[in-house]
Order: sequence, then C-alpha cells, then structure tokens
Amino acid sequence: MLDAIGVGSLDELLAVPDAIALKSTLDVVPALPEYQIARRFEHFAAKNPGVDYVSFLGAGSYRHYAPPAIAALAMRGEFLTAYTPYQAEVSQGYLQAIYEWQTYICLLTGMDLANASVYDGATALAEGAIVALNANGRKKVLVSRAVDPNYRAVLKTYCDGLDVLVDEVPLRKDGATDLTALAEAVASKEYACVALQSPNFFGNIDVLTHVALEAIHASETVPIAVVSEALSLAALATPASWGAQIVVGEAQSFGVAPAYGGPYVGFIASTKEHMRRIPGRLVGKSVDGKDRTAYVLTLQAREQHIRRERATSNICTNQAHCALIATMYCALMGKTGLRDVAALNLERSRELATAVSKIEGVDLRFTAPFFNEVTVDVHQPAREVLAKLAERRILGGVDLGRWYPELSTCILMNATELTTSGDIEKLAIALGEIVRVHANV
Amino acid sequence: MALPGNLLYSKEHEWLKVDGDTATIGITDYAQNSLGDIVYVELPRVGKQIEQFGNIGVVESVKAVSDLFTPIGGEVTEVNGALDADPAAVNRDPYGAGWLVKVRIKDPNEKNNLLSPDEYEKLAHD
Amino acid sequence: MSTPTYDRTASPLIFELGQTGRANRYVEEGRPLGQFLPHNLLRDELPLPDNSELDVVRHFTKLSQRTFGIDLGFYPLGSCTMKYNPRVNDAMAGKREFAQLHPYTPDELAQGALQVMYELERSLASLFGMAAFSLNPAAGAHAELAALLIAKKYFKDRGETRRDKVIVPDTAHGTNPASAAMCGFKVISLPSDERGRVSVDEIQKVLGPDTAVCMMTNPNTLGLFEDHIAEIAAAVHDVGGLMYYDGANANAIMGNVRPGDMGFDLMHLNTHKTFTIPHGGGGAGHGPVGVAAHLVEYLPTPVVRAVPNNGTGAPSDGFTFSLDFNRPKSIGPMRSFWSNFAHAVRALAYIYANGADGLKRVSQLAVLNANYVRVKVAEFLETPYPEICRHEFVASAQELKKETGVKALDLAKALLDHGMMAPTMYFPLIVPECLMIEPTETESKETLDYFIEVLRDIVKQAKTNPEELAAAPVTTVVGRVDETRAARQPDLRWEPPSLSSRA
Repeated sequence: MLDAIGVGSLDELLAVPDAIALKSTLDVVPALPEYQIARRFEHFAAKNPGVDYVSFLGAGSYRHYAPPAIAALAMRGEFLTAYTPYQAEVSQGYLQAIYEWQTYICLLTGMDLANASVYDGATALAEGAIVALNANGRKKVLVSRAVDPNYRAVLKTYCDGLDVLVDEVPLRKDGATDLTALAEAVASKEYACVALQSPNFFGNIDVLTHVALEAIHASETVPIAVVSEALSLAALATPASWGAQIVVGEAQSFGVAPAYGGPYVGFIASTKEHMRRIPGRLVGKSVDGKDRTAYVLTLQAREQHIRRERATSNICTNQAHCALIATMYCALMGKTGLRDVAALNLERSRELATAVSKIEGVDLRFTAPFFNEVTVDVHQPAREVLAKLAERRILGGVDLGRWYPELSTCILMNATELTTSGDIEKLAIALGEIVRVHANV
Repeated sequence: MALPGNLLYSKEHEWLKVDGDTATIGITDYAQNSLGDIVYVELPRVGKQIEQFGNIGVVESVKAVSDLFTPIGGEVTEVNGALDADPAAVNRDPYGAGWLVKVRIKDPNEKNNLLSPDEYEKLAHD
Repeated sequence: MSTPTYDRTASPLIFELGQTGRANRYVEEGRPLGQFLPHNLLRDELPLPDNSELDVVRHFTKLSQRTFGIDLGFYPLGSCTMKYNPRVNDAMAGKREFAQLHPYTPDELAQGALQVMYELERSLASLFGMAAFSLNPAAGAHAELAALLIAKKYFKDRGETRRDKVIVPDTAHGTNPASAAMCGFKVISLPSDERGRVSVDEIQKVLGPDTAVCMMTNPNTLGLFEDHIAEIAAAVHDVGGLMYYDGANANAIMGNVRPGDMGFDLMHLNTHKTFTIPHGGGGAGHGPVGVAAHLVEYLPTPVVRAVPNNGTGAPSDGFTFSLDFNRPKSIGPMRSFWSNFAHAVRALAYIYANGADGLKRVSQLAVLNANYVRVKVAEFLETPYPEICRHEFVASAQELKKETGVKALDLAKALLDHGMMAPTMYFPLIVPECLMIEPTETESKETLDYFIEVLRDIVKQAKTNPEELAAAPVTTVVGRVDETRAARQPDLRWEPPSLSSRA
C-alpha cells in the first residue's frame, strides 16, 4: 500500500514539524488482552457496593423495570452502529423509530410536536428557554425554585453564555411553587418564559392554576413545563391541559439504565407555534418517487450545519439510541403496562410515606399531593441520618440540605414498582432506631 | 425567465418595484434557482422600521438558508401572508405572486444605490 | 386493526398495529389511579397502543433490517470516524455494577465508577497534552460550548470583556460558529488558502485586542495537516487570544502529535468517533473537554478528585476518589449528573485494548488507509488537494457534473445500491460537489479495494448512462425521498384518528 501511495514508510505519512512532534512518553493505561480487560473491569465493578444496597434514591434518575426484550432489540448491530440517518433510503428503520418516539412524546405531553431528542432533561430546559427567548426577544428567564437544582444550574450555565438573567420563584409552605409570586413576577413582561416542574423536585404535583395562567398569557410569557420523571406522564393530567406551550424533560425512566448519570435522554416538545424554533433533529413523513411512505430528517434549515452562527442551537449529536430504548419501552409496556406501573409507583410511595410518618420524630414535610417521591423531615441533619442508614446498607434518599438550606433536615425518598414492602420495612426499622438514638442522646 | 426591465436590483439578488412612495420587494429568479425548493420564508413585522441593505428576514430552502436584505429603507406596510401555505410561489413566480414585503419608502434617493436590469444581469452571470 | 400486509416495503407504525387488551404482563395489575389522587389531577385518557411482546419484537426487528450500520458494511463517512465498535466495550458498560448504579450513590460506595472516570481522564490528558479533562459534556458540540463558556469566563475574570470575536476557518464544522453564537461571540470566517489551510497572513489580518478564541481542527476538514499550526497559535497568543482544538479528527494524530504541544489551550474529543462509542443512529455521544493548566479551574462541575491513600495494585488503586462540586470558578454543570458514564466505560475499555502503542498504530493505519484510497480514487475523480492527507480526504464531482450532469449526490446514492454507505457530501463548503471519504483503520485492504472499484464503475456509468444514476438508489426499501414536501408540509408525528390527543 505504501508503494501505491508513493512513500517509503508510515513515518513519511505522519511527518509533522519537529517543534510540535510528540517527544514525551505517554502515560496511558496499559494494553491488555481482552480477557484481562474483563478482569480489570470486574475490579472496578467490585468497588461499587452501593449498587446492592436497598435504595430509595430518585431525584432525577429513577429505577424502573426494563423488560429484557428492550436490550435484545436495541443492541442489534444495525441500530447500534448506524450513524445519523442523513441517507434516508438506508435508514428508514431508525427514522421510523424516531418518528414513533416523537409521537409518543406528543401523546404523553399533549403537545403538537417533539424533536428527535436532546441530551437530557436539564439541557432540554435550557434549550426550551432559548426557544422562548427567540420567540419574544426578551432577555430574562423565570424558573421555579422547585425545579430540579441540577436543571436550574445547567440553565444558568447556558444563560450565562447568552448574557441572560435567571430569576427564581419561591416555594410555598405546602411544597409547591408560590403562584401568587409567580403571577406578580411575570406581570413585568420582562421574562421570556416561566418554567415549572411537575412533579417537582420534592415529588409534589405543581401545576398552574387558571389565575396564574391568565397572568402568564396577559404578559405574553411562554409557560414551560418540566418533567423529570417521565412515568408521571402516564397518570397525571398532561402539561398541555394546564397550559404549557413547551414541555421539556427526561425520559430516562423509560428503560434507560441509571448508569451513574448517563447517557440519558431529554425531550423537547411544543405547540405548533414554535415548530421553526425547536432545536435539533426532526423526523418527518413524506413519500419517495414511487409514492411509498418514506421518512426523512426535515426542517434541517433550522440546524447548525446549515445556519451555522445563525442557528439557535449548536446541537448535532443527540441521544438517538436512548430515544430508541424509550420508544421500545413504551411499545412493550403499552397503555395498560404504563398505567399499571404508574399505579404501583403511587401505591408503593404511599406505603413508604405511611411507614416513615409512623416513626416518632419523623414526618412528611409537605402536604401537596405527590407522585412517587416524598420529602421526609427527620428533624436532625439529614446527612448524618443518611450516613447511618448507609452503614446498614440502605441508601435512604437524597439530602435536600445540599441545595435548600432550610430543608437540611429533609430527605427526598423515592419508591417505584421495584420497591418492595420488605425494603420499606427495613428502612422504617432502621430509621426508627437511628432517630430514637439521636433523641436519647 | 427574463429579467423584468421595470425593476431595480440589489447585489444580494433582491428586486425592487417602485409605485409612488411605496415599494414591493422580492428575490430574483437567480436567487430562487440557487436556493432550490423554498420551504419557508421568515418576514418582518408590519410596522417595522427597516434600513437599506439591512437584514429583514430569511428565505429557507430544504438545504440552505439565505438572509433577506432589503434594497430600500422605510416602514414595512404589508407582508405576503400567502407564502405561509404556499412558499413555492417564490420559486414559481419570483417577480409576481412570490413578492415578499411592501415598504413605505423613507428616502427615494436610496434608489440610486441600486442596480439597473443590465447591471444586475452582468452581476448574475459573472 | 390495519389489514395485515406482506409488502416488504411497507412498515406500519407501532400505533397502527396495536389494540387495547393485548398487553404484556411485566408488572402486576395496579389499582385504579383515582384511589391515589383526585381526578382533577389525573389524565382522562392515555391514547397509546398495547402490543404483544412478539408483535413489538417483530416490529423493531423489521425496522432494524431497514437500517444500515457499520456492522453491515463499509461506512466511509468523512469527519465521523465510523470504525468498528468492539463488543467488549458494550459488555463492560453493561455490567450491573455500572448500569444500575444511581448517580447519587455516595462517593465511598461508588469508588469503582469514579476510578473509571479518573483513569479515562488521566489517559486522555496525557494522550492529547492537556492538563485536565472534564467528562461532563454529552457530545462534541456540547463540549465546544463548554470550552467557549470557559474562554468567556476566563476573559471576564481578567477584565478583558471586549474580546468578543471567535475566528473560525471557512472549512469549519457548523457546530463551531453555532457554539460561538451561543456564547454571544461574533464569528469571523477565515478563508482557507490555495493549499486548503489556514494561512498565517490571513489570520494576522483579523487578529486584534478583541480576539477571544481561534477554533481549528487539525488535521482540518479537508484531511490536511495544518503545518503552520505553531505559528498560528503563537500569533493568537500574541494578541492574548486562546486556541481551541476541535477534536473531531483526533483519529489522525494519536501517538504522533498532541494538541497541547501544538499550542492549543482548549479542546474537545468525540469519543463516539475516536474511541469507538457506537453512534446509535445519531447519539448518545460523549464529549470530554480538555484544558491547559491556566484554565483548569473553569472546567464544568463536578470534577473527579483523587487523594492518595495506601492502596496497592495499579497506580489508580492508590487513590480515594470523590466528586468535587466546590469549584468557585467553574462555568457550572453542562448537564444533570456527572457524565455519559456508560460511554466513559466503553472508551476506557477501548484504551485498555490498545494502550499507547496501540492507539499510535490506530492513527497510523487510519492515515495509511485514507492515503491508499485517495491515490486510487484520484485515478478517476478529481481530488482538489493531491498531497499526503491524514485520515480523510476530499474528492470533487464538479468536473464530472460539468461533463455529464452527474452530481456528488448521485454518486453517493449509487453507492447505497452496492451495500455501502455514502461518504459525507457537500462538506466542507469550500469544495464544490464535495465527497469527504474517511475509511478508518478497522477496514481491510479487501474492503477498500472493493469500494474503490465500485466507485470507479459508478463514475464510468456516469459517463455512459447518467440517467441511471439519477434514479439511484433502486435496491433500497425506498428511493429518494421528497424532502421538499417534508419541509413544506411537515408531518412530524402520528395523530390518533379520534378526537384531540390532549387529555
């Protein structure tokens, strides 16, 4: 081959000016034969004992049952090793699957259209805010303090880049957003959008009332709904029904493994009005020359490869394979399965709530209705209680004091269909002992 | 398509038809041909004040996007709403039904900054 | 239910297949939702189909058969590095202790995961000559944005807020200017010289006290090594600007030259290109962002902190790891949680399969394969830059179009009829009727020869029978799609036949 090219050696092909040539020794992990790679990763795996603990962790990443049929299908080489479906004729399978994903998101959220995915719920919120900023040209964004703190932090990262200010709406005592404060804030007509999460970070259902929605409409602010537990969409009234124009969120609950934080799959959906501002890829249905149904990436003139610096978003690679997994989950579960899973989540979380509130010195901090997460007040530093629970191989939940100083005695606990009565009993006993010990000290 | 002799042209491939103190703006046949099938046109708000050669909108085809630069300054009085449902009109009839924006002219002398049909013809064929 | 169809070319939607009642029993039946929440909080209907597992399996299996992936054939998509995705990587990522690990697991109970991230970060830092990497961004474009946010904050902290210009060569990938715009920067596009490269003279014309960042890819998107990179970097540093390396083409340089040594202050990698993370139909990707020492404090939050302990074994076994959120100068997090961790596992497994020498070999073979294909293709297609290329090269169908009317698009579509993917078309923008070809190192000489001969035949066909090519592809399940209709009459989702879908 070197002869064909007309060079004497590989070094000739890779010649670089001496000033920049690599001279140091590289410090990279050593090459191992494949069976030893497995051994090395066993070594890492064995250092993650937390995976076996009884867990009540939620807070934006949820443990749900993923039928093995999903992996069997999603890991097929055609799906796994395909690239972005730019050549539609050989990508009809993936394009159709994404069209089905887009449809599922619309049916679940009540929106008119949805894109082919974004990175995760947090960046979906940032992209949703950008859609609103471009829709009305305003320079500020309003977000409820009850929205996931990670999402708010990412929103701030993006808004800092755009020199856009982010303001927050305070919480009400019952654990939902203070809608009176919200209505007052939007009246200034300064905010491009207002974002509300439901169920919110505390697990509470947190939606707009008619009065709040009127204030939002009167001020021409774009209402954005945030959903971090996608399963809730199977049970709760759709964000469309309470006035959202843009719905953003996370579909990790639909069969995507928790995987220590990623990859997950964000979605962004909206009413027809925002179609031309939606970022990322969109799959559309059309026909070919013989009038056969054919799917294709469409409205590409919105995207970075055509608009370049005039694009509203730089997104290129999305989370297609995770969206495929989520679509398969919805297909396998179906309407009946999703309803059943949602019902089990509602049931187990109430079982959990009842069990912990029976403990003396422990109660539920909020009174708002909840989906599958509750805020439990242990009336002592949550961090310490969680540490003691971990000693008993229980991951009791997330310390809310991490982001909300006034909630430093509160633990966010999640129960799903995978949570057993035995798990809840184990937690209740352990928590009871820990709290009693503290009270006696 | 023959280049209409009663219009003025800009370097950015737009045309201008003057009617007293109002003008109609569109893109030339050369422009619509280069862009390909037009799928969407983003037009300015009625009432907007625009400056000559300022960016007032966007013409989108399947594979490309082109900024719309107005050949004259003034106030936008009308935009072609029919293009929402039928953007193809810009391809079919760029000098007629494919018109984009109507403007109340601010300074008639600005016409002097534009090209005659001959001058534009030369430009388009270079 | 729709009439069963045996037409191989049709594929009903999952919504058109289903029927309520044929549900799978994955969980026990739940109680009515009204027993848990008041009805005004619940949705009225859930207009989704039920389908048996068998029907779902058949549906998606058929869809997979209508999808072309690397596993099926040659995929010479320039700029995308479509190399083989080793299955051992998926096996490692799929281990229960990784897949089922919740991101809020306390650090002391997730040391294995943190160690994986640490080892990957250290390996990348050395491989590319950066002081540190963050594994936070979820894709290349995401990492570009992170890097530009770092630059913006760095300049703001130094009181240099008038730096608002980002310089980008006209061959740059569209994400470069788009990312710059998301940070409020103005983009200056730099014309490439007749050698297809950024020239020092050209860039000097636009450098000044308002220069923030110069974004470059090296080798560039024409596959050519920017041999004056050291002078360019010096010129940018002289005016106080920062150099950013777009790592899309990192497959061409491993073990050979490092962005840090070339003078870059910031960079990103696409591990779904260079490090074999499967593309999965367009994502999920993974975009580590790397920085030189003076920018480490600005990296996205959290970073993995390593404190020495008395552990023995491999070097990294001697540390206790934690997620460090206390980073006052950080630009903040780019996404929820820490990283596309499953992909970090894959990338690390790939590095373990190769080591430093193996990765050097990867780049050598990638460059060898590209040059071999280049000289052969040059026998029948115009190659505007007939010199040694790196891991990819560009060919142009401009002459062919003038002669026969056959365009780059037609050549690409014809390749689909031969069981191969088409190269990247019409990018970079400066080459008319462009085809960007990147074979990668995992293809055998036999495959390369097959591709060359097929393309040679197609070009011959263009001269004798161009109408046939205009009709290609003809062996695929559908032919060319009416994209105009798709854009003029957007149909982006299925609608339920009954009333409004809003419950």
